[in-house]
Order: sequence, then C-alpha cells, then structure tokens
Amino acid sequence: MSAPGVLRAAVWVVQRDLRLAARRPAQVLQPLAFFAVVTLLFPLGYTPELAKLRAIAPGVLWVAALLASMLALESLFREDAEDGTLEQFVVSGQPLTLLLLAKTATHWLLTGLPLTLMAPLVGGALGVPFAALGGILSALVLGTISLSLIGAVGAGLTLASRRGGVLLSLLTLPLAVPVLIFGARATELAIAGDSLTAPLYLLGAVAVLGVTLAPLAAAAAVRIGLE
Amino acid sequence: MSDFFSMGGYAMFLWPAYAVTLLAIVINVYTARRDLQQARAEARRRLAASRAGTTDASDQALRGQP
Amino acid sequence: MDWTWLHKFGSPPHVYRLAGLLTPWFAWPAALLILGALYGGLVLAPPDYQQGDGFRIIYVHAPSAWLGVMIYAVMATAAGVGLIWRMKVAHAVAASCAGVGAWFTVVSLLTGMLWGKPMWGTYWVWDPRLTAQLILLFLYLGFMGLRASIDDTSRADRASAVLALVGVVNLPVIRYSVEWWNSIHQAPSVMKMDRPSMPFDMLAPLLAMLLGFTLYFGAVLLIRLRAEILRRERNASWIREELT
Repeated sequence: MSAPGVLRAAVWVVQRDLRLAARRPAQVLQPLAFFAVVTLLFPLGYTPELAKLRAIAPGVLWVAALLASMLALESLFREDAEDGTLEQFVVSGQPLTLLLLAKTATHWLLTGLPLTLMAPLVGGALGVPFAALGGILSALVLGTISLSLIGAVGAGLTLASRRGGVLLSLLTLPLAVPVLIFGARATELAIAGDSLTAPLYLLGAVAVLGVTLAPLAAAAAVRIGLE
Repeated sequence: MSDFFSMGGYAMFLWPAYAVTLLAIVINVYTARRDLQQARAEARRRLAASRAGTTDASDQALRGQP
Repeated sequence: MDWTWLHKFGSPPHVYRLAGLLTPWFAWPAALLILGALYGGLVLAPPDYQQGDGFRIIYVHAPSAWLGVMIYAVMATAAGVGLIWRMKVAHAVAASCAGVGAWFTVVSLLTGMLWGKPMWGTYWVWDPRLTAQLILLFLYLGFMGLRASIDDTSRADRASAVLALVGVVNLPVIRYSVEWWNSIHQAPSVMKMDRPSMPFDMLAPLLAMLLGFTLYFGAVLLIRLRAEILRRERNASWIREELT
C-alpha cells in the first residue's frame, strides 16, 4: 500500500480544517466581529465627520486588521497541538512545511479573506470613497496573507511556552510592522486617488518572502514546541 | 569652561545623551559581574551540598536504598 | 586539516577558562579607547559648520546604534550555530548577548531622540531607519521573553534561536533603509564603501568610540558567558576544580 502523495495530504489538511471550522462558526466569526467593532469605535468615539475619519482610515483599518489577525492566530495550532494531531503531522513522513502551509492557507481563508471582504463595509463607515476600494482590497489580500504566515511562525514558537497569548503578540508584532506600514500607505494612496503600485509591490514582496520562508520557520518552531 | 558645558547651546540635549549612554555602560558591566558572582556562589553551594552527602530522597536513590 | 582547535569551542570548561583569561584584554583597551574618544570627541573635534556643537551626540549615538545591530547579528549567528550544530555553548553565547543588545538599542533610540529634537525639531519621526530600530528592540524583547517563558533550557534555546534567525531580515532594512527611502535620517557617512565624508579630526574619535564600544561588548559578553555556562553546567565535575 503506497503512502498518499503530498498533495493529497495537503488537501486532506485543508478539508479537515474547513470541516472543523464549519462546526464552530463562533470561533471563525469572533475575529471578524472584533475587526468590525474596533473600526466602528472610531466614528463613535472620535468623530462622526467623514472627512476626519477618512484621514485616519488607513491606520485604523490596518491596525484593526492586524489585531484581529493576532486574535485569530491562537486557534491556528493550539488545538491540534493539544489533541495530538500536530504530532501526527510531524511523524507522518509528509513534509511538515507543506502541511503547515496548508493549515495556514486554510486559516487565511477563514480569517484574512473574510476580513478583506468586510473592508468595503467598514471602509464606508470611515468615509472611504468607493473608487479607492479596489486598491484597498488588493492591499488587504496581500497584507492578510503575510500576517497569517508571520503569525504561523509566532504560533509555532509559543506552543512550548506557558504564557501563549501575550507573548504571541509580542513576537508577531515586530515582524508584522512592515506589512502595517506598506498597507496603510497603500490605503492612503488609494483614498487620495494616486497610484499605489509601489506599496503594492512591497506588500507582494513581503507575501512572497513569507510564503517561501515562514512555513520553514514554522515547521522548525512546531518541532521544537511539541517535544 | 562654561563654554564647554553649554556646548553651543545644545547642552540640554547633549549632556543627557552622554549621561544615558554612560549609565547603560555602567549598568551592563555591573549586572554582568554580579551575575557571574551569583552563578559562582550558586555553583559553590551545589557542590558543598553534594559533597556533604545530604540525606534527601535522590541521594538515597543513588545509593540504592528505598 | 586538524579541526580539533575548533571543537574545543564546544567544550564548556575550555570556553569558561578562555573567557576568563580574555576578559581583561577586552576590558582595558575598551576603557582606554572610550575615554580617549570622549576627550577627542568633546574637546578636540571642531564644531560642525551646520550643527555646531550639537553634532557631538554622534559620539554616543552612532556607537550605541552600531552595538544594537552588531550584537543582534552576533546573537543570531550564535543561535544559528547552536541550532544547526547543536552546540550548547553557542546557545549560551546567544543568551548572553540579548540583554546588552536591548540596552544599547534603547540608548540609541533615546540619544537619537535627543539629537533629533534640536536638529529636526521633533523627538520622533516614523522614518524607516528609526522604525526598524524600534522593531529591533521588540525583537530583543521577544527573544528574551520567549526564553523566559519556556522552562526547559534546551527548548528555550532552540525556540529563541528560530526567532532570532527570523528577525535577521530586519538588519538589512536598518542598514539600507536610509538609501532605499528618502529619509530624514542622515545618509551613511562612515560606512560608505568609498572614503567617508567626515573630516579626520571629527572621524577619528568616532572610529575610536566604535572600536571601544565593540571591545566593551566583548568584555561584557565574556563575563555573562561565564555566568551562563556555570548555570547550565549544574554539577559537572570540572566546576569543582574551577571554583576551589
């Protein structure tokens, strides 16, 4: 009997995670609700004037997206580590890097992508013009992909530690700052109607770097964390 | 001499900067040496304890006693 | 080729003794260089035609920034060596670097702020190099925090090594950010590959300070390393000979 191919294993991982998420919609919706609440705090607590909100919209959108992503990261590896599934991944003989990439990709489908799709609503509440949405969505897609990948490294590293949550944020934040900066810049340019190719390229570069390197680092981290 | 201390009017920024740096230099040396002292003291204590032959459980286990 | 000399660096007692012997050779030259550079920078160097005496902050700011970045490189390299070749001593070196590195990153940020206020009119600008330095500080804190939160020394070593290596991407950003972006921060004037653009009597104290700080770090590292090795070696027999 031959062992299943890597691709089949990866697909299996994706399907499993999607099925598990379907059983617990609350866990998937929480970060999204958080994102909505944080951004909506600004019109309520700061000012209802759309012009002023538009000025801070880039920063608010991206900080909220970053915080929501970090909230969601807790669920990336923790449960699988606790019930032994992650250990099975490690000893399975399949490349751990690819399995973790599959997990991270699914995680993005369940958090980063919905977050991005919420941007038109949330952006509208912050006075973002309709024309800017295309650019903002592109930036968010690339940015949330990077955030999921960077977060996977942090999530792997904190498996071994006693205080997971806060430390995870401390570890992920420094690496996520470039995404924040480029993303906010792209949003700013989109709102102003200028070309945002420069920050988009940079976001793309970070995402590519992330896809190639982060799963490797995450796999190393998970192996250490599971001992 | 007061010319030197006023540093062309930048004294308010320059001297605190030097002070902060000096502070870091001193603190790092001091804590490093104290760290070494403490580590040596701890190691001596552990050596004294193991040489004196304490009668705790692990020691008994080493000698094959119940 | 006989590699035994290299293998000796894997032996804790050997490194412990070597570190003890070398410390004064780093400490005294460091002290002399720093004191000499202080005199040279504060007294001998002429005032800058643009910044007057205010430029003299460079003699503490630049070496601190250099230390922050260089120590991280040493820390990440040692961590990498420890991770790949499974050398405990290398992990001990990495652990010994973190505190000093974090301190001097803080100093470079503070002295930078004190330099920025009179020169640019503001304590802080979110320009790439300053932001990258702040990220560097968080990387140090994350490294130390991760270590502290994992009880098992070996796992703590390896997990923090992965973190240190991932953070290395930040270093080129710090170094090249002033070239890649039009930044308020000065373009490199010392580390350019061609001749530096500072006049010699301003440059000499700076180079002396840089060297002095580097040797100072060496001395502190050696002291910390000895403490770290003692703690890790627990009840090894060589300790008995060393301490009595």
